[in-house]
Amino acid sequence: MKITMVQALNQALAQEMARDARFVLLGEDVGPDGGVFRVTDGLVQKFGPERVIDTPLAESGLVGVSIGLAAGGLRPIAEIQFLGFIYPAFNQILSHVARLRNRTRGRYTAPVVIRTPYGAGVRALEHHSESTEALFCQIPGLTVVVPSTPYDAKGLLIAALRSEDPVLFLEPSRLYRAEKQEVPEDPYEAPLRRARIAREGTDVTLIGWGAMVPVLEKAAEDAAGRGVSAEILDLRTLAPMDREAILASVRKTGRAVVVHEAPKTCGLGAEVSAAIAEGALLNLRGPVVRVAAPDITVPLPKSEDIYYVNPARVLAGILATMEF
Amino acid sequence: MFQILNEEGRVRPGAEPSFDPSALRRMHKLMVLTRTADAKALKLQRQGRMGTYASSLGHEACQIGSAFPLRREDWLFPYFRDLGTYLARGYPLADYFHYWMGNEAGLRTPDGLNVYAFAIPVASQIPQAVGAALAAKLQKQPQAVLCTFGDGATSEGDFHEGLNFAGVFKTPSVFVCYNNQWAISTPRARQTASETIAQKAEAYGFPGVQVDGNDVLAVASTVGEALDRAHGGGGPTLVEAVTYRLGHHTTSDDATRYRTEDEVRAWEPRDPLRRFRAYLRAEGLLDEAAERRAEEAAAEAVEKAVAEAEARPPATIEDVFAYTYKEMPPALAEQMAALKETPKAEADR
Repeated sequence: MKITMVQALNQALAQEMARDARFVLLGEDVGPDGGVFRVTDGLVQKFGPERVIDTPLAESGLVGVSIGLAAGGLRPIAEIQFLGFIYPAFNQILSHVARLRNRTRGRYTAPVVIRTPYGAGVRALEHHSESTEALFCQIPGLTVVVPSTPYDAKGLLIAALRSEDPVLFLEPSRLYRAEKQEVPEDPYEAPLRRARIAREGTDVTLIGWGAMVPVLEKAAEDAAGRGVSAEILDLRTLAPMDREAILASVRKTGRAVVVHEAPKTCGLGAEVSAAIAEGALLNLRGPVVRVAAPDITVPLPKSEDIYYVNPARVLAGILATMEF
Repeated sequence: MFQILNEEGRVRPGAEPSFDPSALRRMHKLMVLTRTADAKALKLQRQGRMGTYASSLGHEACQIGSAFPLRREDWLFPYFRDLGTYLARGYPLADYFHYWMGNEAGLRTPDGLNVYAFAIPVASQIPQAVGAALAAKLQKQPQAVLCTFGDGATSEGDFHEGLNFAGVFKTPSVFVCYNNQWAISTPRARQTASETIAQKAEAYGFPGVQVDGNDVLAVASTVGEALDRAHGGGGPTLVEAVTYRLGHHTTSDDATRYRTEDEVRAWEPRDPLRRFRAYLRAEGLLDEAAERRAEEAAAEAVEKAVAEAEARPPATIEDVFAYTYKEMPPALAEQMAALKETPKAEADR
């Protein structure tokens, strides 16, 4: 059946919660309201208020309580309403969720999945458009996952829920209802820590994730019109990153354009570029190009288009390395 | 402020301690062990055999009194100044020392013991403890959760968020604040304008009790009642145990910079161990010989724990890499392999 990303996520949650009674979902407005984006729609009716728990409005408490639920043998799924509101919980994520296994030498773990929508391009309020994934990718022990299609949304979320490591699951709000895709009804896993080749090509590798993937697809079409064959690598798991897939593609094409909607400086593009420099320098036929947001705060909707990475900017990046 | 023993160790009129002699003797032994182990840790630190250490001196009644009434299946969510609480729960002293000597392996709680890894970021353990209590409630397990913290923690957002969650979900939680008057150099009056810390519980919809934190019997009976209430479905309790940090914040701190000798000296007569000893002597439960035996046994146990901790092999490169993820990512495995190939002498330079 063709469904949206929101429906795919909902299906993943419902199926995993039905399979394993240890899963409890908690967050703000996740119960009768079904979450502000309706990802948890209908779950409280299916599983009851003891497994779909509306909490006080407190993000640090929400993540801290999730750690304790895990200590008590449950598998918590915490929803943070927007990535822009996760920062009060940063201490719990950085100081405990991610490092618990290490600091107790494996005695205690926090297999918590923290789901949250993120990203710009939806004409949202202030604090609802940031793309701060890089802040979380430097935390040892934390797995950071971003789907870009309904199929991967379901498969990656199921894989995250079954993972023994804590996962920050970032949902690109721009893609929640952007397209419908054929998604198998039965549960399945899309592998964590594995990038996906979204389009095969031979001249240049475009590397992105989340809501940038459709932008890359459009840019690749435009490039094809100019005789350039672009390969698209959808990273899917940002940390730990699939370096092998990046290097394999760049060794083949000899060129790379890394694209993200986060600010350029110290964005994940820097890490990808460095990985290419370390592992594929002699294969490069042009400089690695980063196409990213400028190092400014995301503007309010009237000026959002100044900020947002569009296919034209990606194409300019492609041509810059092609014409080097 | 609730007291069973006055400062001279005499039972206050109307108070009836309900502990049998063997329980009282066990509490005493644990307090002596805590004090002995703490003094040893400070010595080891000065000798360079232990890292920075947060002393528990003066907190023995708070710690033993809080942990003593716990049932086997109950959880403890402690913080970094909880030596006596750990010992009263049966945590191996060698493990506790091993951690403070600089090896995470010491924080690996033995199987079957419900002691969570203590938190260093202040108050961050509070919502976690509430989560464990909520898990027990949701799964209908007969468990209560004790969470301990200092007075500084009550200023943190996590204190509010944790206690608020506990009140809303009516979790089987007991929160014990060791109000030792100082958070490093910041006095209690700078943490809150509330008259007591206990009264904060009222805002969260559950009872708060202020007890003399240097009176082990007052702490143990108050926490015991709170645990009974938690087990009976009565919800959380906040206990404020009023005590005093007789030592520096840690071995890296110099408390003479911000508090007077006179203040410290004024608290010395209220020493929790001295008070309890006076009570036991008066009750005929402890004589000089028994006290000496307790001290000798403690010293012996501490020496044994130090020897055991120091005899453990140092962490290997595998140890420090292996527990970051369930399965090591390839890039991390490469980093580990590269470190292993670095000649030792070069790595030390």
